[in-house]
Amino acid sequence: MTTKTSPTSRTTTRAFRCSAVLAAGGLLITACSPSAGTGSGGPGAPSFEGRGPITYVAGKDTTGSVQPMIDRWNRQHPKEKVTFIQLPTDPDAQRRQMIQNAETKSDAYTVLSLDVVWTSEFAAHQWIDRLPQERFPLSGMLKPVVETAKYRGGLYAVPGSSDGGMLYYRSDLLKKAGVSQPPVTWAELKDACAKVKRLPEAKDMSCYAGQFQKYEGLTVNFAEAVNSAGGTVTDAKGTPDVDTPEARKGLDFLVGSAKDGTIPEEGVTYQEEDGRQAFQSGQLVFLRNWPYMYGLAANSGIKGKFAVAPLPGLDGPGASSLGGHNMALSSSAENKATALDFIKFFTSEENTATLLKEASAAPPYASLYDDKALTSQYPYLPVLKESILRAVPRPRVVPYGDVTAAVQQQAYAALTGDKSSAQALKDLQAALQKSVAQ
Amino acid sequence: MTKTEIPPAVTEGRRPGEPVTRRRLTAKPARATAGSGRMAALLVSPTLLVLSIVVIYPTLMALKESLYGPKGLDPATGFISDTEPFVALKNYADIFGEAGERFWNAFWNTTFFTVVTVGLETVIGVAMALIMHKAFRGRGFVRAGILIPWAVPTAISGLLWRWIFNSDGVANALIGHQILWTTEGFHAKVAVIIAEVWKTAPFIGLLVLAGLQVIPKEVYEAARLDGARPPRQFWHITLPLVKPALLVAVLFRCMDALRMFDLPYILVGAQKHSVETLSMLAQNEASNVRFGPASAYAVLLFLYVFLIALAFVRLLGADLVGEGAARRRRRKTERRRMEVTA
Repeated sequence: MTTKTSPTSRTTTRAFRCSAVLAAGGLLITACSPSAGTGSGGPGAPSFEGRGPITYVAGKDTTGSVQPMIDRWNRQHPKEKVTFIQLPTDPDAQRRQMIQNAETKSDAYTVLSLDVVWTSEFAAHQWIDRLPQERFPLSGMLKPVVETAKYRGGLYAVPGSSDGGMLYYRSDLLKKAGVSQPPVTWAELKDACAKVKRLPEAKDMSCYAGQFQKYEGLTVNFAEAVNSAGGTVTDAKGTPDVDTPEARKGLDFLVGSAKDGTIPEEGVTYQEEDGRQAFQSGQLVFLRNWPYMYGLAANSGIKGKFAVAPLPGLDGPGASSLGGHNMALSSSAENKATALDFIKFFTSEENTATLLKEASAAPPYASLYDDKALTSQYPYLPVLKESILRAVPRPRVVPYGDVTAAVQQQAYAALTGDKSSAQALKDLQAALQKSVAQ
Repeated sequence: MTKTEIPPAVTEGRRPGEPVTRRRLTAKPARATAGSGRMAALLVSPTLLVLSIVVIYPTLMALKESLYGPKGLDPATGFISDTEPFVALKNYADIFGEAGERFWNAFWNTTFFTVVTVGLETVIGVAMALIMHKAFRGRGFVRAGILIPWAVPTAISGLLWRWIFNSDGVANALIGHQILWTTEGFHAKVAVIIAEVWKTAPFIGLLVLAGLQVIPKEVYEAARLDGARPPRQFWHITLPLVKPALLVAVLFRCMDALRMFDLPYILVGAQKHSVETLSMLAQNEASNVRFGPASAYAVLLFLYVFLIALAFVRLLGADLVGEGAARRRRRKTERRRMEVTA
């Protein structure tokens, strides 16, 4: 029986482990408590003074094309060296780390690569500086892209790269089925699909997919559907206006397609990569996706069997949501004169062209889309330009996190049949009004 | 039997009254305390200092933070105000009001996951331990195999299981029926439970195995001689003797399950209400720059974990604090010995 009483060593280990668990519990709480008392400098115009070393902060550079560009700058400006700080690939983690840096008023981050939907939030919190518009060649950039860098009329960032949705389609099957032109409207899309499905080899294919899993991609696809039917999620001032007949038509296209099988049943679990794999393995006739997929699909089994077109809409071409990144200047940073020059350097036409070639990032400059050498290398560029020119940015609101969560919640409920689209839009309008009013 | 039980209970119960036996026990250490008390305090102080920096200070900061509301937007300038308004206990009161729906959903999810996963893990873990305890060829191989899930980082196993639960993944191929596991609904909960049990049952198995190995073989021999069959041996010998180890394992698992975050977050998704736990809710609030409510939720979760741990120690006598529990157990052993002799 004596063996039952544990030796002291074991007991202490347990006690120690217990306190470790409690400590971990405490750490969880620490993760939530920010540094108290973050007084900011106030809305006075920044002076952009000081030269010296700075940092550039962006998500992990998977293509390896950013560092060479920074090296080029460093060779030209030996006294104003730029250090590249790479954050995780996950956008949420990037945003969290940038917010943490801003909340602690740290000068560790100078130039930030912001996702286009973060601009309003970062500007409203004054984590980034308002920039002098006249110092950047904005007039040569596509207008919808420049809009993503503005907050209340002021420029808070400079477009670095853009992105727009495109409709990928199986050109071989469409041709075989006798459809000469890619669809421009949703009705044409369904019609073309019905014709393709009459082909013996397309019997088991599904028609259409996008990014309908409950995540940011759904917000993009929902906003596209609503905008393509003439509706809005939030108006230019950020006021929600989504409970409208137009928005209803947009959502009904998605919900109806999910119901009648145009969108496959598993479509509600698709993110970008799931859809790409389904398209590449010949399960889909049409797919809405970003340009990044073009190169990958061109090297897959459907090489030469697909093409891209602008997104279809209700009565005509649809409106894409915008992706991409903008360069902003952290308000708590030092050497802002250098930073401004670096932003200008980094977003120059020459550099964005390099990024297009090496990382296939869509440039913000209009002229690059008409460049003969580039369009022969990237045949999708004219379509992408059209997509971006017709694009509508996602809701430009300060509490974007809450807005996108509400959109995902309601759109997903409608898409999976938990709610009617009318009810979903009504609830969404109420939820958006609440979060924007805060 | 009742009679025989009285003496140890009385001696133990008269602690404040300082009976003769008690004084005799404490006489020696008392003399030592006078000399080495200061030394002991000195030696313990670095630990206390570190503890107060990494545990007490953050906890107090979180408590303070939870009394502040989110910063407001000035409609005229379009800028967020600099300071957080003091709202006292509003963040806590809100869980009973309009904003409470999400909190309670997360609370019930957390509780549901904890009860179900820990329940399943206990059963499976004990079974694993019994298998690992049996002497057979290739035992080391089986032990290593059982340990693999526990060795895989949670985030990785989340990805692994997301792949399994994909619409055209292994899980659907096995059951021959398409279930969209990673959408909203009860099936998402099931997916999380399966992945969590797969991952953590080995932990219970390991701790129980340690407990099993200190049970002397003679007990079983005696039982066998008395004609007890294996099920009876299990219920009356194995389980009571392994209980201290099992309780600690279950307690750790409970505390861990209550803080569950990465598995549902990666496996099913961040915005899925059907699997949102309290940790996910607090993280979500914090990432939307509402540190006040986030801290309040974290504090409530902390209290919840604390209460469960307390319940384990108090009601079930889990051996966590060491001495107190050891004494209680000694008393219990004595009582059992008395019962046996009676």
